Amino acid sequence: MSDVSVSRVGPSLRRSGSGWRSVTTEPRAVRWIAIACAIAFLAVFLVLPLTVVFAEAFRRGVGAYWAAFQEPDAQAAIQLTLTVAAIAVPLNLIFGVAAAWAIAKFEFRGKSLLITLIDLPFSISPVVSGLVYLLLFGAQGLWGTWLMEHGIKIAFALPGIVVATIFVTFPFVARELIPLMQEQGTADEEAALTLGASGFRIFRTVTLPNIKWGLLYGVLLCNARAMGEFGAVSVISGHIRGLTNTIPLHVEILYNEYNFVAAFAVASLLAGLALVTLAAKTLLEWRYGHVLASRTPH
Amino acid sequence: MSKALAVKLRLKQPSVIPGFGLTLGYTLTYLSLIVLLPLAVLLIRASEAGLSGILAAATEPRVAAALWVSFGISLLAALVASLFGLLVAWVLTRYDFPGRDLVGAMVDLPIALPTAVAGIALAALYAPNGWIGGPLERLGITVTYTPLGIFVALVFIGLPFTVRTVEPLIAEIDRDQEEVSATLGASRVKTLWSVMLPPLLPAMLTGFALAFARAVGEYGSVIFIAGNLPYVSEIAPLLIVIKLSEFDYTGAIVIATIMLAISFLALLAINLVQAWSRRRFGDV
Repeated sequence: MSDVSVSRVGPSLRRSGSGWRSVTTEPRAVRWIAIACAIAFLAVFLVLPLTVVFAEAFRRGVGAYWAAFQEPDAQAAIQLTLTVAAIAVPLNLIFGVAAAWAIAKFEFRGKSLLITLIDLPFSISPVVSGLVYLLLFGAQGLWGTWLMEHGIKIAFALPGIVVATIFVTFPFVARELIPLMQEQGTADEEAALTLGASGFRIFRTVTLPNIKWGLLYGVLLCNARAMGEFGAVSVISGHIRGLTNTIPLHVEILYNEYNFVAAFAVASLLAGLALVTLAAKTLLEWRYGHVLASRTPH
Repeated sequence: MSKALAVKLRLKQPSVIPGFGLTLGYTLTYLSLIVLLPLAVLLIRASEAGLSGILAAATEPRVAAALWVSFGISLLAALVASLFGLLVAWVLTRYDFPGRDLVGAMVDLPIALPTAVAGIALAALYAPNGWIGGPLERLGITVTYTPLGIFVALVFIGLPFTVRTVEPLIAEIDRDQEEVSATLGASRVKTLWSVMLPPLLPAMLTGFALAFARAVGEYGSVIFIAGNLPYVSEIAPLLIVIKLSEFDYTGAIVIATIMLAISFLALLAINLVQAWSRRRFGDV
């Protein structure tokens, strides 16, 4: 036991000693050049694009900025985006919890195939995601004629936008919860079971408190993508102004009309959402990193 | 004997935890409806076109050019993103400097920022009168409406993947190995190159494949800066949208199927690399 602790303390002690430090790091000049290169690269590729959104949005002053949100089309787009996210995110949340429960708490055949299939939407182009639903619900699609005869509109309407959004945000919650719940194992749930708790009660009082931060993390990322999705929604929505335009599509229309101030003003709303998401994500990682699963990016 | 066979054939190992049937049933149903059925329909429609139909549509000059632009530039962008990703990940995990946590948080921006917003921001930034485009224009370099613009957007999109895949591995590097290498007389450069870099390679390849897969399918952040000139700066996903607006469904389906095949190959490559590195370097 004492051997283990010594060998763990050892390297960190050596690292802090100034005499040893030179062996496992680079010369000071090299370090500072590397840091400068990395920061310059990130400034050009990340900070400037973000800054330019706000700079262009306020180019003609605050009045022009606010005017962009007074447009009925802009307000309709905001409302549509909120509606879509309010439907798509909870559905993927329920799916994510169910999938993680089945995959993490049980051993069964074909599990790794199932995980691969859940991840599938991440490796499919957003445009293709929109296309597959057009092939189902569009006028030339599999069920197109039947839907038309019964007067049900899915493509070029809210339901189409919602299913396309569900598709592109499909893996977020599940992918966050599966490794987390696998790490936590089943001992807590088994203990609750022997004390006589029902399945739902076990989930609510034992599992949910264990996974709540991971769940919030997944929902945050899912929501950011749901509100910002462009390619898939662009294909399935038909771009009907004031009716099927989400915020990103409205941005595209304004930009293509050379109405740059309004385009960037509306875009700044989404950029703000991205910043809030990043801040919340960083806060969760910093505060609750130990109860979040180790992750790879999506 | 028959009991052993029954155990072997059992699809699920016994467990006292409730809810297996309900949650797995729901998972499979939802997965089939949302993901598998629509993809199956795409593949069926593609097979209706037949192999000759697919080949004919894929070799149509404009389609071939778009596929070439998409895959070629995505490869280059993923490569550059991998190199800078390694640098950024290294600096973030090994060096301490003021504002490091803020820089670390910013790396995920391309994932959090909606692609359309990134697209118009990059287009404004690199336009001939933009903050970066202006100085570059004076040097005789035009970024917007050229393949270079697509490249810039795809490096932006790929960066988080390449940084985040190597970051945990750099953090796990055993300092003892570095010390051993140094005491055996290796220079720092030699230690970095032949002791520390090899274990990072599988993660770098994974990051590269993830960035590539994402870049090939990317749409929103590219179309505003690319200018979308056929044969020059028109990407495959945009050509799908154009084919759809012309009601050429077969054309759109063929391009989509080819892109799907390539992203599956990338996915397969990632899994193979990970399986190989687990054998070579232990669990990573």
